Amino acid sequence: MIELQNLSKTFQSNGKDVKAVDSVSLTVNEGEICVFLGPSGCGKSTTLKMINRLIKPTSGKILINGEDTTDLDPVTLRRNIGYVIQQIGLFPNMTIEENITIVPRLLGWDKQKCHDRARELMSMIKLEPKQYLTRYPRELSGGQQQRIGVIRALAADAPLLLMDEPFGAVDPINREMIQNEFFEMQRALNKTVIMVSHDIDEAIKLGDKIAIFRGGKLLQMDHPDTLLAHPADDFVSNFVGQDSTLKRLLLVKAEDAADNAPSVSPETPVAEALELMDELDRRYVVVTCADNKALGYVRRRDLHRQTGTCGQYLREFTATAASDEHLRILLSRMYEFNRSWLPVMDAERVFLGEVTQESIAAYLSSGRSRGAKTSIVSPADMATA
Amino acid sequence: MANRYGKGLIGGVIVLALLALLVHWIGISTIEHYQDDLLFYLQAHLYLVLVSMFAALLVGIPAGIFLSRPSMAGRAERFMQVFNIGNTVPPLAVLAIALGFLGIGSGPAIFALFLASLLPIVRNTYEGLKNVQGSLKEAAVGIGMTPRQVLWRVEMPNAVPIIMGGVRVALAINVGTAPLAFLIGANSLGSLIFPGIALNNQPQLILGAACTALLALLLDGLVIFISRRWLERGLRPA
Repeated sequence: MIELQNLSKTFQSNGKDVKAVDSVSLTVNEGEICVFLGPSGCGKSTTLKMINRLIKPTSGKILINGEDTTDLDPVTLRRNIGYVIQQIGLFPNMTIEENITIVPRLLGWDKQKCHDRARELMSMIKLEPKQYLTRYPRELSGGQQQRIGVIRALAADAPLLLMDEPFGAVDPINREMIQNEFFEMQRALNKTVIMVSHDIDEAIKLGDKIAIFRGGKLLQMDHPDTLLAHPADDFVSNFVGQDSTLKRLLLVKAEDAADNAPSVSPETPVAEALELMDELDRRYVVVTCADNKALGYVRRRDLHRQTGTCGQYLREFTATAASDEHLRILLSRMYEFNRSWLPVMDAERVFLGEVTQESIAAYLSSGRSRGAKTSIVSPADMATA
Repeated sequence: MANRYGKGLIGGVIVLALLALLVHWIGISTIEHYQDDLLFYLQAHLYLVLVSMFAALLVGIPAGIFLSRPSMAGRAERFMQVFNIGNTVPPLAVLAIALGFLGIGSGPAIFALFLASLLPIVRNTYEGLKNVQGSLKEAAVGIGMTPRQVLWRVEMPNAVPIIMGGVRVALAINVGTAPLAFLIGANSLGSLIFPGIALNNQPQLILGAACTALLALLLDGLVIFISRRWLERGLRPA
């Protein structure tokens, strides 16, 4: 856990005092990703650099796991905090292995342990250690270099990671991949991450919390969904964009927006199914077997004036939704297959409910958000629970 | 690969042909005649060059490092003027001045050569360190290197190509200036050149001049080889 208390930085510029950071206080819990977001010159990078004391705070305190870092030796402090910068900063004169193991070597690990660690980290980012460890950074692509930059920060197993626009210099396709890879690693290793970004989409994608800065002040810090649903003021609302509701689609999972839809079994008589649909004013109903696995669906039009059981009129799904897919994918799929609804199923095809265009609209306009205290718990809260 | 060896081979053949032409021009009999002198003066020349270069490196690189430290920012250029002196005063004048208080022989010659070689080394060490990307230094400090570690593990290795550029310039100046040492009584290849001029002995003059030039090329090649082989690993595109 890391805590900033009234952190301020004043620079001298042409004899005048300029407040770059103005008493920022915030807390990031263990295992969370907190994204500092804001326009250039808003103080987000300065705040980040005060944490590992590349910039000395004018006043205020930084506590890491409850311990005040003010009196710690900066070099020791930095060795225990991972640091990733936008320009990657791999040392061209060192091989990949030397680059990765630089901090462990500074900390005095023995050779074998360093070598093993380098191999382990390389396999985490799916680069063949044999092939890459002896190369020099210049011989790698930009995307590969940035991956190495990230694992270099993880090498000494520091619990806290500071990242200054880490994926800013990578092309969009690689960025997407590296972000996903990084997110998986972060969740697996339970690192606390503070990341500076100016990309709202990146912040929404990766952040458990987003802190919006302006003119050195912290304006709002919330779960991304809360931030998009309830921006604190006009600046935040402009910054997150006019399409903030659409952006929320990325954050809401199929299971969150799913209705508890009824279902019938293949043996249900047609008349009974028709009655159910009439009662609920539906044109279709999902058919599930005894252990609640979805088999398909029946349409009212097909059953109309028919006899027998639902199993005879079963239709296959043309499109389905997995429970962990986000709404943006689902909406895209609905338009692609021209459906107004999708059945939500888990990995074992167990039927969880339906997502309809209405249920999505209802969720987005309800004022509910994943960050707020609702029945739905955000991953951030789950991590601390 | 084949292409690279092919180019190397062609280069080698051209060099051999040029050398053969040179030998033919000077005449084998001349070379045989001056063989003993040549070896002796070559040795003396090398001695002047190596000692003065070594001293220049020993002073120049630390001076360059010192001037590039943040605490010297703003004052570095003024200090650099001190080292400029070595190059702005003509070597001949330096020799004459050195003669005044160091007497004749190798001592003043080495001192004059040392001064002449100093500036490129200091200047390039300073510029090389200044030009190491800020992001590398930030990364180095950010991951917890001490200032000394940043200098030796990151700044110096990445400044090597520029520093080596300075060393090569200094070396060329040094080898080319060393023959003047003849004028204050030190042995060098100048001891072939100046009598050659005085006695209008063309073959002797050309022999001395050609050997000086060859020596400069050879030492330069050696420096490039050492630098690329051991010092610039990873810094050049493969």
